[in-house]
Amino acid sequence: MQRSLASMSAVALMLCAGPALAQLKATAQNVPEIPYDSVANFLKPPAGEYLGEAVGVATNSKGHTFVYHRSATTRLFEFDQNGNFLKEIGKGYYGFEFAHSVRVDSEDNIWTVDEGTNVVTKFSPEGKVLMVLGRRPAAVLGAVATPTGPNQPSQKYIFCRPTDVGWDPQENIFVSDGYCNNRVVKYDRTGRFLAQVGSEKAGKEPGQFNLPHGLAVDGQGNVYVADRSNFRYQVLDNNLKPKATYDNVGVGWTVCVSQGPHQYLFASNSNPNGNRPGSWAITGEIYKMELDGTILGRFGHASKEFGGFQVVHMMDCRNPNEIVVGEIESWRVQKLILKPQAASAVSR
Amino acid sequence: MKRFLPLLLTATFLGALPATAQTPVPEIAFESAPNPLALPDDIYLGETAGVATNSKGDVFVYTRTGHPTVSLGGARAFAHGGSRLFQFDRNGKFVREIGQGIYGFMYAQQVRVDPQDNIWIVDQMTNYVMKFDPEGGVAMLLGRKAEAITVPAPPSRGPQAFGGGAPGAGEQTDLFDRPTDVAWDGAGNIYVSDGLGNARVAKFNKNGVFIKSWGAKGTEQGNFGTASGIAVDARGNVYVADRGNKRMQVFDSEGNFKTQFTNVGAPQAICITPGQNQFLYSSNSNPTNDIDTAGEIYKMRLDGSVVGKFGRAGKLPKEFGTVNAIDCRNENSLYVGEIGNMGVQKLTLH
Repeated sequence: MQRSLASMSAVALMLCAGPALAQLKATAQNVPEIPYDSVANFLKPPAGEYLGEAVGVATNSKGHTFVYHRSATTRLFEFDQNGNFLKEIGKGYYGFEFAHSVRVDSEDNIWTVDEGTNVVTKFSPEGKVLMVLGRRPAAVLGAVATPTGPNQPSQKYIFCRPTDVGWDPQENIFVSDGYCNNRVVKYDRTGRFLAQVGSEKAGKEPGQFNLPHGLAVDGQGNVYVADRSNFRYQVLDNNLKPKATYDNVGVGWTVCVSQGPHQYLFASNSNPNGNRPGSWAITGEIYKMELDGTILGRFGHASKEFGGFQVVHMMDCRNPNEIVVGEIESWRVQKLILKPQAASAVSR
Repeated sequence: MKRFLPLLLTATFLGALPATAQTPVPEIAFESAPNPLALPDDIYLGETAGVATNSKGDVFVYTRTGHPTVSLGGARAFAHGGSRLFQFDRNGKFVREIGQGIYGFMYAQQVRVDPQDNIWIVDQMTNYVMKFDPEGGVAMLLGRKAEAITVPAPPSRGPQAFGGGAPGAGEQTDLFDRPTDVAWDGAGNIYVSDGLGNARVAKFNKNGVFIKSWGAKGTEQGNFGTASGIAVDARGNVYVADRGNKRMQVFDSEGNFKTQFTNVGAPQAICITPGQNQFLYSSNSNPTNDIDTAGEIYKMRLDGSVVGKFGRAGKLPKEFGTVNAIDCRNENSLYVGEIGNMGVQKLTLH
């Protein structure tokens, strides 16, 4: 135990080594505020159950909400359209250890991305395992020390702390991978490797990443990547060729593309973990944008109080006027109702 | 970090010397109620680091019990479990468990109940200070658990401080390093003693906004050997158990040093009674590896003068095994939580 204490503290120390504050601030100016309400008591966990760090949130076509969260063990909960608890999926499942993302595809299959097991899992709407991408490192090899040198060369079918998943209209699968591989990988609908961009070597050039932390795909198959430690979002075409960079909306924590004929892009400049001094004043807001990067407005701020945010880790924007956000540091899921705003788009 | 640990251990061993007795301290006669808490057959108390009562007399116990577990991920290992929070009624009947399977419980350190009957726990390993509403829902979180532990432990960072300031001064936010205790002033401001890794007091407003912190590792006035416990009186003065330096320090609500008490040994657990005529209890707890020294609890006035003392280290009822928590909502009916004897005693002072 003593050793664990020492090493946990050391990890806590390392969490503090972060970017300079100035880099966290979005450079977009005069962005209109979008008024919103947060729905009180949106989700009702069963008596005696708690959400942990609510890192993954998603809705399906029926309006059910899925929360993939870091409780004492990582768990996946399903709630109905009224926020009542329906069931737990994957209890004791080998691919769950440290949650990072949950997404629901166009057929209501539920996909989890776990950065502890390095496994991406496709569950049927009923919660049966349909496909597994990646592999959990073999326990028989023992506990592996955190690598300190350069990252190992990335492999086609093995992830290293993957972060998110998305699909194009042809059902090709895109995975942002992640904390050490710094790449985006494309698989076909059967899980066969097609292409990747980026590599285990982090970089700043277009097509290079430094912690791709979230990903979303639009109706044309373009891929929007939250390139967190590069403080930007990158847009890739369907073959993973870099198309554009949006670098005026702060740190690229997580990204969401709404559904319907007119799609919007939501990007979160989440306040950093640990609430570093001064960070609340310049981070915490979410941007609503056109897919081409035109900023339409912003909403939200860093706070521990209800209605404010404590490190938004994921957004669901199936309906662009009802945003569900999952927060790391307040263990909350909030449903935000965006209200109409005066139309005055800011061009980038 | 690793370098602090040996220091800390040394401080713990040496810290519990007999209090300097200038004048003989009166003994306070007391009783210990037999079996104050009735546990269900399948629940055991472990090291009972925290005990507190609410306004109805219900008793909350935050205890190190069950199994702290490390599971293997890829390049990281994940730790969970190891502590539980129980509620009993005023007669010691088991009411319920709060926070079963929650992310923030690993190594129980303290539980306190605020004037609105919210239940606050301090966890020394997840570095969370958690506020539960009276129904047991999570109302606020301060701090964050490290995502993973590394195996083997990483090399020492040497004397570098957490946050870049003086060693133990911490970051100007709610990143705690082995926090120990929490208290509130009349305005609802939150004070956290932080703790055994850091050596500071951190102050937040009632909404959890960081206001300031003071202290660093050291022996000077305003610095701490360890900040082991904290209590606030009705005037907003802040009392900090500086066990590592064998003293209690008193600050105003802005952290200005006012005075220190060096006549009660090495304070580990402290408590201030409610109401207008307030008293201060302080435990000169025995070290966990010895029952032949210290262990007594002092009753004091807020000016530091000693009213009397009671108890000693040992294994029997009315003897104490490293008291880590005192509840003194009722001046003459105390609950104490013990690490060494894995239990709670309910004491009646005469």
